[in-house]
Amino acid sequence: MKIAVLSGKGGTGKTLVSVNLAAAASESVYIDCDVEEPNGHLFFKPNKIISERIMVHIPVVDENKCNGCRVCIDFCKFNALAYINNKLAIFDEICHSCGGCILFCPERALFEKTKMVGQVEYGTSKAVTVITGRLNIGEASGIPIIKKLLHHANKGNKITFIDSPPGSACTVMESIKDVDYCILVAEPTLFGVHNLTMVYDLVKLFHKPYGVILNKCVDEEKPAEKFCREKNIKILGEIPFDHELGMMNSNALIAVRTSETYKRLFTSLLQTVIEEVQHETIVNP
Amino acid sequence: MKLAMPVNDKSIEASISDTFGRTSYFLIYDTETQESVFVDNSAANSQGGAGIKAAQIVVDYEAEALLTPQCGENAAKVLRPGNIKIYKTKCISIKDTIAAFNKGELSLIEQIHSGFHTGNGEK
Repeated sequence: MKIAVLSGKGGTGKTLVSVNLAAAASESVYIDCDVEEPNGHLFFKPNKIISERIMVHIPVVDENKCNGCRVCIDFCKFNALAYINNKLAIFDEICHSCGGCILFCPERALFEKTKMVGQVEYGTSKAVTVITGRLNIGEASGIPIIKKLLHHANKGNKITFIDSPPGSACTVMESIKDVDYCILVAEPTLFGVHNLTMVYDLVKLFHKPYGVILNKCVDEEKPAEKFCREKNIKILGEIPFDHELGMMNSNALIAVRTSETYKRLFTSLLQTVIEEVQHETIVNP
Repeated sequence: MKLAMPVNDKSIEASISDTFGRTSYFLIYDTETQESVFVDNSAANSQGGAGIKAAQIVVDYEAEALLTPQCGENAAKVLRPGNIKIYKTKCISIKDTIAAFNKGELSLIEQIHSGFHTGNGEK
């Protein structure tokens, strides 16, 4: 069972939700796909870490063979190549490693070299397997790292929580494409509705079953709740805007492992999520 | 001397664009013949690397100097080996900018920003 946790913006509570749901389960896998700034490990403090380097292929030019035809430059949608003073210049950080320039070079003047773009770390924290992706600063795309992370998600049978990057760009699409269910975390405010709409549109596009968790709820008007009712979106649960929870978070404590109240809240939320996923797999297998 | 500048319209009466990589047009201006050539910036809608592609256009037109309000790191990496000097503009109109250049009032850009890289597509 693979569940992705996503939100239209950062700071909504993706990590709070995915870390605590993973910790509430008896045995689970937590995968941090927010590779530009992974932070789930700060809570889990995993031990026995094994890390693996993630390599990509980027082009190198053989200047003796390059005749300046510019086929590669015209092909590259990211403009990672330029031709200046009769010399081909390659911008490594811009290259998305598609390999097209090498394939299309009529002179066979381009060849591959490998470059490390980040790493994947495996560790454990009690019964949770913690897998963290890290993209090196300045790299163009986290996709190669997310692909590696999700390769592991597809291996076991344990309940797996995927902490997605914020927003709805291609790294998020990569994170959710093979999951069974999506949890959309949103703030209850009008601003929250705007961010929720972004991920709501995305999961609809991907035909994924989904439900919403409203975080930072206060006893006031909740435009996001109204939005969910109007669109007939299942609200899985609400997390209060609570000083105690905020304190645990800022001290990198896992609420489920620290407070009885939150252990109950997230255990019940986990139950709801599991029932929803099972329901979905029966209704829409 | 051949000058390049990012401009908002294909007219000598137009204004200098406030961006380099994603400007709509370039003006290639010859200070000796006072001839103006306007070029579409095919980099304007790039998914990424607009500065590189825009700089390639400036290099290919064999401009000797670029007059621009700002210039990013990657664009500078194309322009510098192309021996193109990068001057900072301070006027809004094209005419005032050329006049200022001719009077030697423009100084070379010292601060190359590391790029905004908001692009049009994914980050």
